[in-house]
Amino acid sequence: MEDIAEKGLQVVVGLAVFAAIIGLIMLLVDRAPKSGREKVQIAGFLAPALVLLAVGLVYPALQTSYLSLTDRNGEFVGLDNFVWMFTQPEALVTLRNTVIWVVLVPLLASSIGLAYAVFIDRARGEKALKALVFMPMAISFVGAGVIWRFVYAYKGPEQDQIGLFNQILVWLGQEPKQFLLDAPENTLFLIAVMIWIQTGFAMVVLSAAIKGIPTEIVEAARLDGASAWQQFRNVTIPTIRGSLIVVVTTITIGTLKVFDIVRTMTAGQYETSVVANEMYTQAFRAGEPGRGAALALVLFLMVLPVVVYNARLLRKQKEIR
Amino acid sequence: MSTVPLENKKNLLPDVADDATQGRPTMQRRVKQRLTSRTATAAAVIIAVIWTIPTFGLLISSFRPEDNIKGNGWWNVITDRQFTLENYADVLSPGGSQSPNLLSYFVNSLAIVIPGTIFTLVLGAMAAYMFAWGRFKGKDSLFIFVFALQIVPLQMALIPLLQLFTQVLKFGDFQLLPSGTYAQLWVAHTIFGLPLAIFLLHNFIAEIPGEVIEAARVDGAGHSTIFWRIIVPLATPALASFGIFQFLWLWNDLLVALVFSGGGADVAPITQRLAELQGSRGGEWQRLTAGAFVSIIVPLAVFFGLQRYFVRGLLAGGLKG
Repeated sequence: MEDIAEKGLQVVVGLAVFAAIIGLIMLLVDRAPKSGREKVQIAGFLAPALVLLAVGLVYPALQTSYLSLTDRNGEFVGLDNFVWMFTQPEALVTLRNTVIWVVLVPLLASSIGLAYAVFIDRARGEKALKALVFMPMAISFVGAGVIWRFVYAYKGPEQDQIGLFNQILVWLGQEPKQFLLDAPENTLFLIAVMIWIQTGFAMVVLSAAIKGIPTEIVEAARLDGASAWQQFRNVTIPTIRGSLIVVVTTITIGTLKVFDIVRTMTAGQYETSVVANEMYTQAFRAGEPGRGAALALVLFLMVLPVVVYNARLLRKQKEIR
Repeated sequence: MSTVPLENKKNLLPDVADDATQGRPTMQRRVKQRLTSRTATAAAVIIAVIWTIPTFGLLISSFRPEDNIKGNGWWNVITDRQFTLENYADVLSPGGSQSPNLLSYFVNSLAIVIPGTIFTLVLGAMAAYMFAWGRFKGKDSLFIFVFALQIVPLQMALIPLLQLFTQVLKFGDFQLLPSGTYAQLWVAHTIFGLPLAIFLLHNFIAEIPGEVIEAARVDGAGHSTIFWRIIVPLATPALASFGIFQFLWLWNDLLVALVFSGGGADVAPITQRLAELQGSRGGEWQRLTAGAFVSIIVPLAVFFGLQRYFVRGLLAGGLKG
């Protein structure tokens, strides 16, 4: 209990310091001289976030970019790390896996989430049905790792199975299988975990978007005799297009950065590594910060088109407004 | 089908009778709609079941005696109804160094996540307000730059940031963000959460009618008054929604904790402990199942308790269709 009190005190002190800083900023901003007040106020509001981002994200990222051109002793080696990445078989497997992840997860999670959102819209028990599929989203990746390792658990054919999937195989008259060990399909079983988590996110966002469709449009389509499929294609999809894009891009970014699932379930062994995990392995475990940094840069380049697309969309929406 | 209003379903029988007198086409359509509705509901229920079973199996298993968990599958509880709270007592109790000692890590998680969420919300909202309503040169470019920061992989920032905390922000014996406390985790989480917070809150805050803010300005209100008196109250749904998401993300985190917590029972969150248990005791399912459930109970409670805010706020305003 003493231990808990001490931890609580730490939290209270932390919150108090933060409140004091914000209070000070507000005070200074209000007392600024009339002539430059607008500028001081803008700076006061933006500065905390921008300073944190500059020091904690931009500068480290630049430093990491430089690291990608150095070897394990910190000496400049040009593009050697990138040559390694695109020629060594184990590094190529990592790249291949990342491509599979980033194609399958956004596609399947968004499709299933959308289908589910449409199916349960205004259905009886909608809330409960929603909660069930969204629930994995609330679970930590580590927790999800435990849940699914238990589903995939393997026992020899002569023993009782404790994993659900292997029990199903046995019921179907098959031999039990080491789901997480046999490449290349083991990557698909890891991907299933991510889809299981992200579908709920897609569903909640898209369901809200569907509810935002004006009833008149839906009514009009129905009165015109549009079938369910026609309504879905010609009314629902175009109206929620913006949300759909946000969902797909958000999941894409999350998938590219995925680390915990691979780390806790296979640690990237058995040909299941992805770029984000390999980066951690190289930089923090293998003592190759240069290679880790190079992998980080490749990751960055993979996400770049997604973000550019998103940014342009944002611009367009602003112009319309 | 999604667009069949509830009233139609309730009145199905009388409607069919009416249709018989009104003519065939309407009746055909009604029947067809009812069928699609049934197929959709069936599909939804199947998805819901698939999505729920893994967690359900884990929950059941966590209450089974050790020998049963390791001996046969959890579905055997139908015939073998033995339950115990032993696993939970085991993982929560302080015990020796071998004990999971999860209660201590559980408190750490709360102590990391609550301030981490508050800091991100306040700083993010302040910046978002200026990006939405401030008038200064280069606003749009700066905003897109901040948005683009979301793609900087965490791994890219970790080593330089850790060096910054432990070496640069150290003045003699005084460490601005002391190791062995939560401070480094709070700041790191805030930094990594800001790009998305600013982006999403901006989208919502920008939707607030300009007249409201103009009126306050004409009355001579400064930015700090407008922010606390108008923006924060009006943006509460968005703040609550993003706050919940941020809370869940921080609770889910493993990577930031691995780097900044040091790993002891003083600071490390429950996810980190659970990952350790998975690595060192991968076959101790009685501990893993109960431990996983302890780790997901808070996010589940938050989720079920505040679910309303998901639908409103963020999703209606932040991720608008």
